[in-house]
Amino acid sequence: MSKEIVIKAENISKQYRLGQVGTGTLSHDLKRWWSLMRGKEDPYLQVGVENDRTKKATDDYAWALREVNFEIASGDTIGIIGKNGAGKSTLLKLLSRVTSPTTGEIKIKGRIASLLEVGTGFHPELTGRENIYMNGAILGMTKKEIASKFDEIVDFAGVEMYIDTPVKRYSSGMYVRLAFGVAAHLEPEILIVDEVLAVGDAEFQKKCLGKMSDVASHGRTIIFVSHNMQAVQSLCKSAMYMKAGRVTDMGPTATVINNYLSREIRNSLERKWELDVDAPGNDKVRLLSAVIQTSDAVNNSVISINTAFSIKFEFYNYFEGQQLNLSLFLNTASGVCVFAVGTQAKNMSKGRQLAELHIPSSFLNDDIYTINLMIVKDTASVIFKIDDVLIFEVIDSVRNGAWFGKWPGAVRPDLKFTSEKM
Amino acid sequence: MNDKEKINDTDTWDINITGARGKFDLNLHEVWRYRDLLSMFVKKDIITVYKQTILGPIWFLIQPIMTTLIYVVIFGQVAKISTDGVPPVLFYLGSITIWNYFSETLTLTSKTFTENATIFGKVYFPRIILPLSKVLSGMLKLLIQLSLFLVFWAYYYFINHSISPNWHILYFPLLLLVLAIMSLSFGIIITSLTTKYRDLNFLISFAIQLLMYATPVIYPISIASPQKQIWLWLNPLTSIFEAFKFSFLGQGVFSYFWLGYSVVFTIVLLVVGVVIFNVVEKRFIDTV
Repeated sequence: MSKEIVIKAENISKQYRLGQVGTGTLSHDLKRWWSLMRGKEDPYLQVGVENDRTKKATDDYAWALREVNFEIASGDTIGIIGKNGAGKSTLLKLLSRVTSPTTGEIKIKGRIASLLEVGTGFHPELTGRENIYMNGAILGMTKKEIASKFDEIVDFAGVEMYIDTPVKRYSSGMYVRLAFGVAAHLEPEILIVDEVLAVGDAEFQKKCLGKMSDVASHGRTIIFVSHNMQAVQSLCKSAMYMKAGRVTDMGPTATVINNYLSREIRNSLERKWELDVDAPGNDKVRLLSAVIQTSDAVNNSVISINTAFSIKFEFYNYFEGQQLNLSLFLNTASGVCVFAVGTQAKNMSKGRQLAELHIPSSFLNDDIYTINLMIVKDTASVIFKIDDVLIFEVIDSVRNGAWFGKWPGAVRPDLKFTSEKM
Repeated sequence: MNDKEKINDTDTWDINITGARGKFDLNLHEVWRYRDLLSMFVKKDIITVYKQTILGPIWFLIQPIMTTLIYVVIFGQVAKISTDGVPPVLFYLGSITIWNYFSETLTLTSKTFTENATIFGKVYFPRIILPLSKVLSGMLKLLIQLSLFLVFWAYYYFINHSISPNWHILYFPLLLLVLAIMSLSFGIIITSLTTKYRDLNFLISFAIQLLMYATPVIYPISIASPQKQIWLWLNPLTSIFEAFKFSFLGQGVFSYFWLGYSVVFTIVLLVVGVVIFNVVEKRFIDTV
């Protein structure tokens, strides 16, 4: 039995005008109006460049979305991934009816609610109780629905004591919990969630994720946008990969995420800087190089699971006798920290310093890894921090046996695991 | 088979999001679905005004009293503008109460898009709910202030015997309705026109002040010469203010013809307003 389609996007495009809205806009508006009056097409719909935020715009118009088509079935949990500027937020804005597409059409079955940003419409002067009703109504609930959920919301947010206090006196944590509580107790057929998990403490995040999978298990459709691949992977059955305003790939989450990672993340095994202000760092320390060196002299840039390699950092210490140590974090591309390791803190003399970490063979799994580095002073204050300073991919070597699926796990140590006849 | 599917297709979708323009529809069924939100906005408007004040809602009454006192001194004592034999306090208090409703509603609704851009940028609800809520909360405030007016009115009628109201008072709810729709329509037209080009914003406060002097608010229409009166009547607010004063105070002109003109004017204005509002609400968030 095929499932019912609840969202259908047909050829949607969204164009934005760049630069200031001002006198130039008026002349464009007049031209547009003139050609529409003569029964011609809008002249500015034919122009426009791809939305690439790294380059300076050469055109007055940009397409945030270009001819996007997709269908989402009821009960799906779909993650939307892509770099900043890929059109994810624009797509969500269209779905939540905040703005409408330049061309094309989206059809939706059922009630749709978005958590584009929690706390929309919260009024600081109103009490928690009043704001629950206010916010619920803005999100499309009726008074009756809110009343029946009221206790649950208060309980979820844990603000019972302050429910009749104006929210302007709430701590920011309480505020966010209350706001998310209202949104989480909506019961729409389709729920749009955008990065709300970035806020709140770990316990609260866990609560939110629990709530989301709870909603999903009731057969409702969830659209989830996040940069956290781990969250997407654990929450979503399928995923959509967007790039430059188009849907590049759509399918099972694992496949799409791998596709995304392999296309968007490049190996960077060696980075070097001259000792001047352009080098990462500050007036205490400055990084001069970060290099991954394999023991294999022939094929230096390929790291397989059987390759031993070392990670070397060279940095400049500006102060004689600073007590410093380095911490290194190794993460998978989906953001899970595999390990963190630190050097012994010691008083360093002024000048170039070298730090080296050796990674044995048969330790990492086949995956893409990123390295974050931190330099700590007096084992107390972080004086320098750089994320994703090196990115590398470990590839699988020839495997014995008939199975070729992705080997699970963040690490793949070659441990002794034997069986014998007793 | 294929055709059948297609028909089925269009029937069952609940929401269609397109860029198509030019809807001729106030979307009343959707407004009805969001009626709880409407009442919540009205409630918010009323209670947030007097939060953290000592006098609270009494401020709603102090404002018109102060204005009336100022007008009695300036227009009555200094400028000596006639009130046609009506006690000046009652004359000014009545007109100011009604005028303030119109001008405040107009000012608030004309800022619908610009003031609520953040909320509109995040969540969908029928946009017309917000200006509607301003009309209704203004109406509640007006009713509170009218009760003050009625106290004075009762004093002058029963004790002082200096005014002569008549059965035309029964038209009063209709007058209020026309006034409400007119301020809403003006407001949504202005807010729609100012989303992209803010120029008009600078003119509005002047225009409202000017409009007050072009309407028989602080003077009776009888002080103008008959040739000039026709120009005053062309202002759709004139017939409403005159009818109000005639029915409550026994001074003024109750003209069915000019009231009819105001009603037609208001209906046309509403239709224009709704069309413009519908076009703008779809995409204003991109330009605001």
